[in-house]
Amino acid sequence: MIRALGTTVGALALGLLPLALRSYQLGLLTKMLILAIFAMSLNLILGYGGLPSMGHAAYFGIAGYTVALLARGGLTHFGLELGAGIIAAALTAALFGLLALRTQGAYLLMITLALAQVLWGIAFGWRSVTGGDDGLPGIPRPVTGLLWSVGDGVRFYYLVLVVFAVAMALLWLVVRSPFGRALVGIRESERRMEVLGYNTWAHKYVAFVIAGALAGVAGILFVYDNRFVSPAYLSVVLSATGLIMVILGGAGTLLGPALGAAAIVFLENIISAQTQRWPLVLGLIYVVVTLFAPAGLLGLRWRRRATRPS
Amino acid sequence: MIALAIENLTHDFGGLRAVDGVTLTIPVGERRVILGPNGAGKTTLFNLVTGLFSPFSGAIRLFDHDITALAPYQRARLGLGRTFQVTTLFPRLTVLESVRLAVQGADRARFSLFRPFASTRRLSQQAEALLAEWNLTDRRAVPTRELSYGEQRQVELLLALAGRPRVLLLDEPTAGLSAAEAATVVAMIKRFPPDVTVLLIEHDMDVAFTLADRISVLHQGRVLAEGTRDEVHADVRVKEIYLGSQV
Repeated sequence: MIRALGTTVGALALGLLPLALRSYQLGLLTKMLILAIFAMSLNLILGYGGLPSMGHAAYFGIAGYTVALLARGGLTHFGLELGAGIIAAALTAALFGLLALRTQGAYLLMITLALAQVLWGIAFGWRSVTGGDDGLPGIPRPVTGLLWSVGDGVRFYYLVLVVFAVAMALLWLVVRSPFGRALVGIRESERRMEVLGYNTWAHKYVAFVIAGALAGVAGILFVYDNRFVSPAYLSVVLSATGLIMVILGGAGTLLGPALGAAAIVFLENIISAQTQRWPLVLGLIYVVVTLFAPAGLLGLRWRRRATRPS
Repeated sequence: MIALAIENLTHDFGGLRAVDGVTLTIPVGERRVILGPNGAGKTTLFNLVTGLFSPFSGAIRLFDHDITALAPYQRARLGLGRTFQVTTLFPRLTVLESVRLAVQGADRARFSLFRPFASTRRLSQQAEALLAEWNLTDRRAVPTRELSYGEQRQVELLLALAGRPRVLLLDEPTAGLSAAEAATVVAMIKRFPPDVTVLLIEHDMDVAFTLADRISVLHQGRVLAEGTRDEVHADVRVKEIYLGSQV
């Protein structure tokens, strides 16, 4: 009941906010939603599957570059761009998953980092195609169809909001399905799941590919948002930021990573205006969260409820 | 009919031969206790049978299937269940959620991505029924890590049973339990369906002799003796390895 009410209020607020915000603030909100999708996709494997990845930006970036290259080649049809970007991200995740999911824990972290760095290196070095360090500027926003151009800020915001809602609904279905419950079981004890008859590798692999595809969706929207793509979209900094968003908000919760993403985008915006030392602050946030709120912001709320005297 | 046939199974850890040509034939419905001192290869044998280790040589048959080369989950789907010596539960999941996962493991909805409601309800009902049958309903909402150790061992048994196994391997189900807790677990095992074949590693002689139809004694990776409880009880070699050769 409270949850349904909260969802309704949240949806209404997100739907009506463009009427109240100035265009700069709306741009910030758009960025929050896009990175929320990225964090939510990472959360599927990290929070539900117990699979940490330090290379999640790879799928975000590969989808971004795919769309950017298509758009510069003259293709601006939204559906085709979206489809191509998602397929590129999913294929990358399918390949990386084959290599990376032989390992777990810190080793998984390192191998995903290494694989993503390969893509980063290609984007950085292959100047004739990717523009190298300069990236690819001037990517047009897509033509979505007959009725709806998403060129301006408010309309683009609503496009992002719709995609965000669809992603959230999809993840809700996945984590509540038998598949999602099995994923949590694998996080808790893979060995126990194996002897209960679960093909644990297949579960992890499917989750890995879904997460990659969804990260790709976020990457595509981010390219549209900035009309630009660069190696930063594939960078370890973005992968690590994603991890911090998930952990800050609450890994293994549906809403937590979105809150974490919003908080990080908000803080980055404020702190970057004051100092060049944003990554330092980000690191400090990470240390404080892991020390004092290991279950994240949503976990804090639950813990207080649990310890309240009855 | 033979439920489980282990033929000449051998496994090495580096230079150490942990399981050395073990052959066991266990008919359907039998309660077979595997007895043996520490390091006899009992748990290694279980890990080989359930597929967590690959044997160096030998064969394992489960009813009509040669399972020697199958993955652990494939063996589980053919009806092989097990518990672990070190309690292996889902620490942060509740008792009900844990049992539901076990039920789901034997269900066709195992891999379903987008069928939350209908299948979840069926699985939940089956899990609730199991909890009621085994008197754990009042613990259903407790995360398994917050249960007492005795209750954890009960849930461990229940998880193995919820997968509807035909052959069940229990690795020291009463290890570390108080006498009262052990009695509860023994009573549970006695209530298992009679057509479920049970292989049991046990250190406690009283428990072993209470539950066993037949006993196999493992020593240094080999089957030293096999027979009814009286035959094993009377075996001089068994006394030697348990009490020392000076006796």
